[in-house]
Amino acid sequence: MGMSIQQIIFMVLSFVALVSALGVVLSKNPVTSVLCLIVTFFAIAGHYIMLNAQFLAVVHIIVYAGAIMVLFLYVMMLMNLNSDIEPHKRNWLKYAGAISGGALLVVLVAALRDASVPALSETATEIGLIHNLGKLLFTQYVVPFEISSILFLSAMVGAVVIGKKD
Amino acid sequence: MTLLSIDWFYLVEKILLISGVLVLSLVVAMYSTWGERKVAAWIQDRLGPNRAGPMGLLQPLADGGKLFFKEEIIPTHSNRFLFILGPSIAMMVACMTSAVIPWGDTITVAGRTVSLQVADVNIGILFIFGVVSMGVYGIMIGGWASNNKYSLLASIRAASQIISYELPMGLALIALLMLTGTLSLKEIVEQQRHGVWNVCLQPLGFLIFLICAFAECNRTPFDLPEAENELNGGYHLEYSSMKLGFFLFAEYINMFISSALIATLYFGGYSFPWMDSLGWGENAIALLGFFIFFLKILFFIFVFMWVRWTIPRFRYDQLMRLGWRILIPLALANMLITGALVLLRQH
Repeated sequence: MGMSIQQIIFMVLSFVALVSALGVVLSKNPVTSVLCLIVTFFAIAGHYIMLNAQFLAVVHIIVYAGAIMVLFLYVMMLMNLNSDIEPHKRNWLKYAGAISGGALLVVLVAALRDASVPALSETATEIGLIHNLGKLLFTQYVVPFEISSILFLSAMVGAVVIGKKD
Repeated sequence: MTLLSIDWFYLVEKILLISGVLVLSLVVAMYSTWGERKVAAWIQDRLGPNRAGPMGLLQPLADGGKLFFKEEIIPTHSNRFLFILGPSIAMMVACMTSAVIPWGDTITVAGRTVSLQVADVNIGILFIFGVVSMGVYGIMIGGWASNNKYSLLASIRAASQIISYELPMGLALIALLMLTGTLSLKEIVEQQRHGVWNVCLQPLGFLIFLICAFAECNRTPFDLPEAENELNGGYHLEYSSMKLGFFLFAEYINMFISSALIATLYFGGYSFPWMDSLGWGENAIALLGFFIFFLKILFFIFVFMWVRWTIPRFRYDQLMRLGWRILIPLALANMLITGALVLLRQH
């Protein structure tokens, strides 16, 4: 046996993540795109669990798959998008999109080419567990944590103000 | 016995446990349909099902058989894949929560200590949240893929209802977490075993959680997604045969799991008074604990039915007002008071 069970699971998860991520981009139907994105999120949550970061995995599911994607699906279903009402894209727009996407890819490859990926040490994997993460968030990183909560508060106030408009 | 660095006995033990829990959920859900009719009949002074078998006990089998043999209709112009995916997700999500519920204490079989819980993860409550937030997909996808305006309306109602009531439910649970200091359901039960039931410490939290559980299960008085007189039947309007059965069945499984959760979080789970002073063997106590837990669950299933046949359905604006204007402020106040008291006790 060349591969351990962890490697097999990693391969399967990565395969699912890549295929469903491609599905998001390539699918013609927007609802299928959204569903593919949800599958991608699940595969990534699986990766978090492999890294022993259960808390991160489950919060990832709750926030992204459970809340944000429901909203996406909601909007997609109500807009009832299909190919008949899709605006016709001009050719030069497609070329511009391909070129800027390619440029982004070049930048990413250039940035990541020399980046080293340090192997995970056994003790470092404990950080994803909820006790350690909570301690760290509320001691060392308490100021950024509180500031981000103000960000949420302002977003909430904004939503209420928009909702109140008659 | 280890091979491939996997403990195979452990695997077999877990597979047996998972199958057991699954079968239990399905059987309880099946007989909940019978129980629902019997309770309805009792409340309305009727007899209820009494033709198939003694006391109508074979009625669920007859219903299931009928659903299996009905013609399967998939509407034209509907997305076939998503149409089938909808009820499948509903059923799968309904069965998933049972993984973190502790069904009993540990038992010892042939020198091996077996925990009667599929997964004692240290994020048990968050896992439940994750699964609950998935529950909306089955209804939304099913309702949209039917290509029917009534189904779409019903699924939008269901989605907004479930999202709205997730918030007070979470806030009620946060207050409980402050008291227990753990996310593991097993530990929450163990704390109640050696102390008092959480319902005594969190009466308001329990009430909020109960109301939200009704809303999450789409049960009366929150069954607006299947309001037959406004929506011709709801999100499963276009479904027939066993796909309809899956949607209906998922509701009963949800009810069973919600009752198990309420019993676990607020009513001591598998623990019961004088559990540790009976002086029986460990296995006997664990089995008795499971039995008591089951009785608690049955009681809450009865409460679900009792409410359904007593209270009429809310109007949609009433539903939203209850969720956003009453339950969330109440849950926030409950959380603040609990936090203050916990802080006071620590100093």
